[in-house]
Amino acid sequence: MQNKQIQIEQDTPSHFPGLYVHVPFCRSKCPYCGFYSIASPTLIPRWLNAFKKEISHCKGHFKEFDSLYLGGGTPTMLDIRDLSNLMDQIFNNFDIAQDAEITIEANPCDLNREKAAAIKSLGFNRISLGVQSFEDNELSFLGRRHTARQAERAMKLLRSLGFENIGVDLIYGFQGQSIKGWINTLKRAIEFEPEHLSCYQLSIEKQTPFVRLYKKGLLSPLSEEMQSAFFLTTSKFLEQHGYTHYEISNFAKNNSFFSRHNRKYWHHVPYLGLGPSAHSFQNSTRWWNIKSVKKYCEMLEGGKAPIDGYENLTEEQLRLEKISLGLRTSQGLDLNKIPDSPESNNMLLRLQDSGFLQIINNKIMPTKKGFLVADQLPLYLLSFAEHS
Amino acid sequence: MPEIRNFSIIAHIDHGKSTLADRLIQKTGMVDERMFRDQLLDTMDIERERGITIKSQAITLPFVNADGQEFELNLIDTPGHVDFSYEVSRALASCEGVLLLVDASQGVEAQTLANLYAAMEHDLEIIPVINKIDLPSADIERVKEQIEIDLGLDSDLAVLCSAKKGTGIEDVLEAITELIPPPAGHIDKPLAALIFDAHYDPFRGTVVSCRVSSGKVSQGDTIRLMSTGATYKVEEVGIFRLTREPKDSLSAGQVGYILAGIKTVSDTRIGDTITLDSRPASNPLPGFKEVKPVVFSSVYPVASDEYQSLVDALEKYKLNDAALVYQKDSSAALGMGFRCGFLGLLHLEIVQERLEREFSQSIIMTSPTVQYRFLLTKGKTITIDNPIYYPDPVTIEKAYEPYIRANILTPERYMGAVMDLCTERRGIDSRFNCPTPGRLEIQFDMPLAEVIYDFYDRLKTVTQGYGSFDYDLLDYRENDLVKLDILLNGEKVDALAQIVHRDRARPRAIIACERLKDEIPRHLFKIAIQGAIGGTIIARSTISPFRKDVTAKCYGGDITRKRKLLEKQKKGKKRMKMIGSVTLPQSAFVAVLKSDSK
Ligand SMILES: Nc1nc2c(ncn2[C@@H]2O[C@H](COP(=O)(O)OP(=O)(O)OP(=O)(O)O)[C@@H](O)[C@H]2O)c(=O)[nH]1
Ligand code: SF4
Ligand SMILES: [Mg+2]
Repeated sequence: MQNKQIQIEQDTPSHFPGLYVHVPFCRSKCPYCGFYSIASPTLIPRWLNAFKKEISHCKGHFKEFDSLYLGGGTPTMLDIRDLSNLMDQIFNNFDIAQDAEITIEANPCDLNREKAAAIKSLGFNRISLGVQSFEDNELSFLGRRHTARQAERAMKLLRSLGFENIGVDLIYGFQGQSIKGWINTLKRAIEFEPEHLSCYQLSIEKQTPFVRLYKKGLLSPLSEEMQSAFFLTTSKFLEQHGYTHYEISNFAKNNSFFSRHNRKYWHHVPYLGLGPSAHSFQNSTRWWNIKSVKKYCEMLEGGKAPIDGYENLTEEQLRLEKISLGLRTSQGLDLNKIPDSPESNNMLLRLQDSGFLQIINNKIMPTKKGFLVADQLPLYLLSFAEHS
Repeated sequence: MPEIRNFSIIAHIDHGKSTLADRLIQKTGMVDERMFRDQLLDTMDIERERGITIKSQAITLPFVNADGQEFELNLIDTPGHVDFSYEVSRALASCEGVLLLVDASQGVEAQTLANLYAAMEHDLEIIPVINKIDLPSADIERVKEQIEIDLGLDSDLAVLCSAKKGTGIEDVLEAITELIPPPAGHIDKPLAALIFDAHYDPFRGTVVSCRVSSGKVSQGDTIRLMSTGATYKVEEVGIFRLTREPKDSLSAGQVGYILAGIKTVSDTRIGDTITLDSRPASNPLPGFKEVKPVVFSSVYPVASDEYQSLVDALEKYKLNDAALVYQKDSSAALGMGFRCGFLGLLHLEIVQERLEREFSQSIIMTSPTVQYRFLLTKGKTITIDNPIYYPDPVTIEKAYEPYIRANILTPERYMGAVMDLCTERRGIDSRFNCPTPGRLEIQFDMPLAEVIYDFYDRLKTVTQGYGSFDYDLLDYRENDLVKLDILLNGEKVDALAQIVHRDRARPRAIIACERLKDEIPRHLFKIAIQGAIGGTIIARSTISPFRKDVTAKCYGGDITRKRKLLEKQKKGKKRMKMIGSVTLPQSAFVAVLKSDSK
C-alpha cells in the first residue's frame, strides 16, 4: 500500500517548465523524416548568432526549467566548440534547475570518445540515441548513415563514460519486415539495458521522399492487422523484459526514467521551444517559430522574434487536447474530464467491455488495445456524449 | 399613367426564358451595364450554380414604344423544369398573357405543352416565340409546323428571336404591348390582392408578393388576410426592380410587394387574398390548385435538440416554396421530424440544399419513396407514403403502386442499352417512334418507384449523355409489394426501410447492404448490416472495426495538428446521426436506394 502511494506520486509529471532547443541541421536528410532540418552546415554560424538573439528575446519569460532537451535535426553534428558555446548561452540566460534532466539527441556516427566526453562534461545526463534498427539492410532502406555496429559501439562508449540514462530510438513496421526480425532488433537493443526505448511505427510523413514513393505505389505500409500485431508484440516483449509501456511509443525501465521533458508535452506543462519550427506553450497559448533557418535568421537579425504563429486555446480546445493526450499515456486521464451523461457513461462502459479502456480509481486508462486506436477514442468519448 | 402589361415567360427547360428576360431588361435600360450578368433574374446561388431557374421571379420594366406610349411591363421569368411547375402556375395567375418560348433546334417538348395548357386554363393571351434562331441547327419551318399542329397556335403570329444575340427583341416587345391586353379590374372597388409568393426577411418580417386585382393598397392602410382575418398595418408597398422599390400605393392590375410587419410566419398563406379591413371585398379571389406531391421523404434534424430550429426553418422556407408540403412525423431511429412531399427528385434535392444553405440546418433526409395503396382484408384501402406504415402483411389483400409512362429520346445506337435499363427497372409495354432519322423515342410503362432514384443518371450514363427523359403519371397498378427492413447490429432502423417488389427484394437487399457498407465509416466495433423481409434475413454485410488508428509521434508541433484534425473529425461526426452505437452519415439514408452499377 505504502509502495503504491509512492509510485503514484512519482507518476505525477513535474510542473516546472521545460526548455527545448531545435538544432535544425542534419548531415543528410533521411527519406522518412518529417522533422524540420536542412543539410546545409554552412549556415550553422549564422544560426548560432541568431539563436543568441532569440535567447535575449525570451529570457525572463519562464521561471526555473527542470528539463532541457537539445533535439533536431542532429545536435551532435555541431562541433564541440559550437556545442559548448550553445550550452553557455543557455545556462547564462536561463535558470536551469540543479537536478534538471538534460537530454541530447545523438546520432551514432557522430559519437567518438572525445565528443561523447565533451557532451558529458557539458552537463548532459540523458542521451537519446537514434539507432533506428540493428539490421544494416533496414538502415540503408531508412537512409541512415550509420551501421548497426556503429550503433553498438556508441552504446558501449556512452556506458563506459558513465552515462546512466540512455534512450534508444527504433523504427519498425516496414514492408517486408517480419515480426521475428523486429524482435531480434529489440533483443539486441535490450542487451545494452537502455533505461529508455522509443519504438516508432514507421509512418508516411507529408513532404518526404517516402510519401512520393508511397504515392507512386513503390512503398506500401503494412496492413492494419500486421501493424497491430507488431505493436502488441513490441509491448509484450518489452514488458516481459521489465520495461514500462508508458506512452504509445515509449518504454522505460521504471518510472524514474520516463522522459521528464517529453511528458510536459503530454500534460500541458509549459515549455519554451527555441530554434526554427520549435513550439512553445504557456498559459493556454501555443506559439511556434518559423520553419526556415534562413527566415529565422533574417527575422532575428532584423530585431524581430522568429514567431510564425500562435493560438489561444479555448477551454474546449484544452479539454480536447487533454483527453486526446491523456489517452496516449498509460496514466490516462481523470474521469471528470468526460461529460457525465448517460450516453457517455454507456460509451465508457462499452469501451471498457470491449477492452479499450480500464476505469480505475476515477481514472480512464487505455489498454494496449486502446493505445492502438488512440486517435479514435477521443471521438467516441466526446461526440457520442454530445450527440443525443 | 403608363399602361400595364402583365406577362410570364414560359417554356420547356433551357429554351432560353431567363436569357430573353435579360434582353428585355437591358432593352428597357433597367440595369446599369456594369451590374449586368447573364440570367440576371436567377438570383439564388443554387440557380446560378446549376444554370437553371428554380423560382419564378417578377420584375417591373418601364418601356416607351415607338409612338411614345409609356408602359409598365410586369415580367415574370418562370422555371422550365417540371418539378417547379407550381411556380409557373402561380405566376400565371397574375398575368394576362405569356410568351411561350420554343427552342428553334429542340422544337416543342413536354413542358412546352404542359405550360401551354396551364396558360390556356387561365385564359391568357399566348404569344409563341421561337428562340435561338441563331443556332446552325435551328429549323424554324419545322418548329412553326409544330406550333401549328402540336400546339394549335397560329404560327404566323410567332415572333422569331435570338435571346443570346439580341435579335428580334423589338418584335417581342411590340408583340407584348400590342397583343397582351391590359389588366381589367377597378381601382374603385374594394381591395382584392392575391398572394402568389412570399419570403421571410429577418428584419422586416414576411415580404408578400401579390397581384392587385381590384382596388388599391397604400402605405398606412390596415389590411386583412381573408383566410385568417388577421389584420396588419401596411408599412411599405412597392414594385420589384432588381431590388424592392417602394411606391405610395399599388392599384388594380399592378404586381408588387407589401410589407406589413407580419412576423408570425404561419399567418401568410400563398393563394390567400388581401383586402382592406375598413372596406373588405365580399369574396376572396380563387386561390391556387392544391399541389399533388409525387415523391416523399422525411427530414430530421441531425441533433435532436435542433428540432425547433427545423420547425422554424421549414415554416419560413415554405413561404418561399409553396410546392413543399409537410407534416409532423417521427421515427424510432431518428426522432422527431417531418414527412415531406415533393414534386419530384430535383425538387427534393433543392429543398434539402436550400434548408442547409439558407437556413443553416443540419438535416437527414430519408430515401425518397412514392405513395402506395393497399387494399386490406377488411375491405379498407389505405394509402401510405412512408415504409414505416407498411401494414401487417397478413392483412394485405392487394397492393398497388403508381405507374408512369416514361418518354425517352435517344440516338438510335443506344436503343439496346436503354431497353435493358428500362426492363431492369420493371418497364413494360414498350413503344417506339422515330421522330427524326437517327433519333428514337422509346416509351415504357414503369413503376414510378423505379425512376425516383438515379434512373436519370443511369440513363445519361448508358446513352453517354445523349438521352433525355420525361414522364407522365399513369395510374396505380397491382403488384406484389413487400417491406425490406435494414438492421444494424441486429436493430431494425425504420428510416432505412423501403417497399419493394417481392421479386426484386433480394437483389435490392444485397445492394443496400453493400451500399451501407461503403457509406458507413469504420467504427471501433464491428458493424453487422442485414436486410430482412419479415423475420427472414436475405442479405448481409459487415464493416470490420479499426485495428489500428494512432499516430506514432506526438511532440511539440504535433499537438496542434492533431487537435485540429480531431476538431474536424468531431465536426464531421456532429453531422452524422447516431443510431444505437452506430454513426450514420447523411448519405447512408439515400444510399440504400442506389443501384449497383456505378
Ligand atoms: N444559341 C443560343 N443560345 C441561347 C439563346 N437563348 C438562350 N440560350 C442559351 O440556352 C441556355 C439556357 O438558357 P436559359 O435562359 O438559362 O434557359 P431557361 O429557359 O431560363 O432555363 P430554365 O430556367 O432552367 O428552364 C443558356 O446556355 C443560354 O445561353 C439563343 O437565342 N441562342
Ligand atoms: S531522422 Fe534525424 S538525422 Fe534523419 S533527417 Fe530526421 S532529424 Fe535528421
Ligand atoms: Mg431560367
